[in-house]
Amino acid sequence: MNRINLQSVKTLYCAEMARSLRTMLQSIVSPVISTSLYFVVFGAAIGTRISEVDGVSYGAFIVPGLIMLMLLTQSVSNASFGIFFPRFSGSIYEILSAPMSYVEVVVGYVGAAATKSLLLGLIVLVTARLFVPYSIDHPLMMAVFLVLTAVTFSLLGFIIGIWADGFEKLQLVPLLVITPLTFLGGTFYSIDMLPPFWQAVTLANPVVYLVSGFRWSFYGISDVSPLVSLGMILLFLSVALAMVGWIFRSGYRLKP
Amino acid sequence: MIRVEGLSKTFADGFQALVDVDLTIQRGEIFALLGPNGAGKTTLISVICGLVNASQGRVLVDGHDNVADYRAARSLIGLVPQELTNEAFTTVWDTVSFSRGLFGKPKDPAHIEKVLRSLTLWEKRHSRLLELSGGMKRRVLIAKALSHAPQVLFLDEPTAGVDVELRREMWEVVRGLRDQGVTIILTTHYIEEAEEMADRIGVIRRGEIVLVENTHALMHKLGSKELTLHLQEPLTAVPESLAGHGLVLGDEGHALVYSYDAARPEDGSTISGLLADLEAVGVRVRDLHTRQSSLEDIFVSLVQERQ
Repeated sequence: MNRINLQSVKTLYCAEMARSLRTMLQSIVSPVISTSLYFVVFGAAIGTRISEVDGVSYGAFIVPGLIMLMLLTQSVSNASFGIFFPRFSGSIYEILSAPMSYVEVVVGYVGAAATKSLLLGLIVLVTARLFVPYSIDHPLMMAVFLVLTAVTFSLLGFIIGIWADGFEKLQLVPLLVITPLTFLGGTFYSIDMLPPFWQAVTLANPVVYLVSGFRWSFYGISDVSPLVSLGMILLFLSVALAMVGWIFRSGYRLKP
Repeated sequence: MIRVEGLSKTFADGFQALVDVDLTIQRGEIFALLGPNGAGKTTLISVICGLVNASQGRVLVDGHDNVADYRAARSLIGLVPQELTNEAFTTVWDTVSFSRGLFGKPKDPAHIEKVLRSLTLWEKRHSRLLELSGGMKRRVLIAKALSHAPQVLFLDEPTAGVDVELRREMWEVVRGLRDQGVTIILTTHYIEEAEEMADRIGVIRRGEIVLVENTHALMHKLGSKELTLHLQEPLTAVPESLAGHGLVLGDEGHALVYSYDAARPEDGSTISGLLADLEAVGVRVRDLHTRQSSLEDIFVSLVQERQ
C-alpha cells in the first residue's frame, strides 16, 4: 500500500490539464498575440536601431528572453491558481483526505502547471519563427533549461498559492516580483550593455542566470557561464523543493 | 471499525478543540455525534479523515493507524463535508469520477452509474455543478464520497439547510448504505435526525465525549413520560389527598400533569391508582394525553447538567 499511487497522480494531473484545456483558446491566442507585439515593438521598432548583439540580430537575440518571460509568468500563475482555487472553494478537503503522499500531490499540481507553461513556451518559440530566423546550437541543453525552469517556477507558484489568502496576494508576487525581475533580467538586452555598477547589481537578479543560460543554448553566447546558470537553476529548484517540503511537514495553511 | 484513543487537539491559538477523546465505532452501525456549535464534532471528524493533525492520541481505521499507515486508513473512508464545496464548472460525472481516481481506483463507469442512480443524480450527470440546486449539490458530495466504495462514510451535517422532503430522502439513502454494510458516522444539529436514524449516539461538549449510548437504551434510560389530564372543571390547587402522586397543576388549573417512568412497571399501577384517586375526590377528566421526552430534551438536560 506504500507504493506510489500513480492512479491518483494521473487523476490530479489530468484534472488540472483539463481545467487549462477548457480555456485553451485564450491560453494559445494570448501568448501568440503578446509575442507578436513584443516583436513589433522591440524587434521592429527598437531592433532597427540595434543591428546586432554579440553577433546575433536583435530580433533573434530576444527570442530566448521572450520564451523565458512566458515560461516564468505562466509557470507561477498556473501553479499558484491550481492550488489556491481548491483552498478558496474548500474542495481541498478531497485532496487532503485522499490516500496520496505529499510528493504525489505536488507532482500532480506542479507537473500540470509545468506542462502547460512548457507548451506555451513552445508556442512562443514557433510564433517567433514567423518573425525572425534563429538557430538552436544546444537543443538538449535548451530542453534541460526549459524543463528545470518550468518546474522550479511552478514550485514557486505552488508556494505562492499556499501562502496567498486572497486573490490580491495571488497576483502580488507575479506582478511585483516576477515580471520586473524578468524585464530587468536581460530579456531584451545583454547585461554587457549596462554601466559596470548596474551590471554588478543585475547579477543579484536570479532571472539573469535563467535567461543567460537559455540564450547560450540557442546561440552559444551568454552573460554568465552556462554552468553557473545551470547551477543557479538547480539551487533555486532545491530551495523551492525544501520550502514545499516544509509546507507539507508543518501543514502550513493546509492542515492545522 | 474505528478506534479513537486519547485524542486531543489544541490549535495554534491555544483553543483546545478535543480533550482526551476515546471512542469506538462498530462496523456497520450508524453513529450520530451530537453537540452544540463549537463542541468539536467537525474537528473530531477532520482528525480521523486526516484534514487536521492531532496534538495527542491516535486513530485506527480497521486497524490501520491514520498517520503511520495513512494510505490504508484513508482508502477506507469517504467524507461528506459540511460546506458545499464543489468546482462549479465541472459536470456531475466528471467530479464524481475525479474523486474515485484520487483514491487510486481505476475508472469504473458501472459503479459511478450505480452511485448516481442511487442518489437520483443520473439524469443530471452531464449538468455542470453551478446549474444544480443546493440539495442536489449535497447529493453530489455524497456521490463523490461514495465513488471509491468506502467502508466508512462520514457525513458532517448532511441535511443542514435541506428541506424536509429531501431530508427524508437523504435518510433513506443513508439507511440504504448501512444496509450495504457501510459504517456511517454523522454529525447533526437535528436531534430528530439522530433519534430517527442512529443506532448509537455520542454527545460531545467542549471537546469531551460526555455520553455514548445505544439510541433506544438512551431514550429508555433517560426518557421520562408525562401524562396530562385535562379537567372538566378547573382547580385552584392540587387536592391534598392526591399529594402523594406528585401532580403539578397546569394550564391555569385546567390540567394536572403527572410525570412517570414508563420503563418501571410499578409506575403503570400508579397510574391506575391515580385515576382511582381522582375519581374518589370527584375530579372529572375531560381528556388526556401522554408525551415522551425527546432526545432533544435529554440532550438539553445532559448539557445543562454538566454546565
